[in-house]
Amino acid sequence: MLTKFEKKIISTLQGDIPVTERPFLKLAETIGISEKKFLEILKNLNEQGIIRRFGATLKHQKSGYKANAMVAWKVDEKRVPEVGEKMALFDEITHCYRRNPKKEWQYNIYTMVHAFDEKSCYTIVEKISRAVGVNEYSLLFSRKELKKISMAYFN
Amino acid sequence: MTYIDDIDKKIINRIQNSFPIDSRPYKIIGLELNLSEKQIISRIKNLKKNGIIRRIGANFVPKKLGFYSTLCAAKVSNEKIDKFVKIVNSYSGVTHNYMREHKYNIWFTFIASSPDEIKKNLKEISEKTGVANILNLPATDIFKISAQFKV
Repeated sequence: MLTKFEKKIISTLQGDIPVTERPFLKLAETIGISEKKFLEILKNLNEQGIIRRFGATLKHQKSGYKANAMVAWKVDEKRVPEVGEKMALFDEITHCYRRNPKKEWQYNIYTMVHAFDEKSCYTIVEKISRAVGVNEYSLLFSRKELKKISMAYFN
Repeated sequence: MTYIDDIDKKIINRIQNSFPIDSRPYKIIGLELNLSEKQIISRIKNLKKNGIIRRIGANFVPKKLGFYSTLCAAKVSNEKIDKFVKIVNSYSGVTHNYMREHKYNIWFTFIASSPDEIKKNLKEISEKTGVANILNLPATDIFKISAQFKV
């Protein structure tokens, strides 16, 4: 169970931290604790693996990665652990998950591929397909970002 | 693309992960990159102003906070898209939503306090929009999550 202060700290960090000499002092003041206590709790949340990643999120379109494709793969269930692990090793793949297949949608592995253009996405996916020996897949290019926010867990 | 120089690139590559948990984080980044705290702060401010950095903050593991997350997909006809997107986006647990080139053209992530909450919300969305059979695809295994982009 999370404590009251842990929840408050989480809520300050799910947004955007200040770019100023002592950002955590500012955040600590907003929830009425000392900077020292704030950093101590934050370190602890980090060590417990509650924080997946702490840092800057880019607008990847603006940083040059203009194309992003979700690739849905149909992989023999027996091979899923091996294939998933192999796919995770590719730098071009940022996300790799297994999800249960559905009758109307039989894909079971999902990867995100980011590249500078769509042609490169195809090249990368073909390379990965050969490397893992999976030929049934579908690329779904993003055409429009309709929403992108950080989850507000505790407000 | 907005022009970023090698120093900007070094900063961007450094701060996407393991942001220093310290009273003076920008000073620490400066020490690592051989730059002053002032330079780091002004460059990061600029990168945010130019829209290259979206935000600096923490990303949490929903499950460890007692939440449940899933990926959803829907086949939505052109005339229904605007209404569908408006209704889906109105849920605070919908954090990402993309239009993709496929017969399943709308893909969104949903975070809620339980699997039942998600099911209830998807049913509600279907009723409000007339879009049936929204796929609910929670991850069963995670092989990689790394939103780290080398610039």
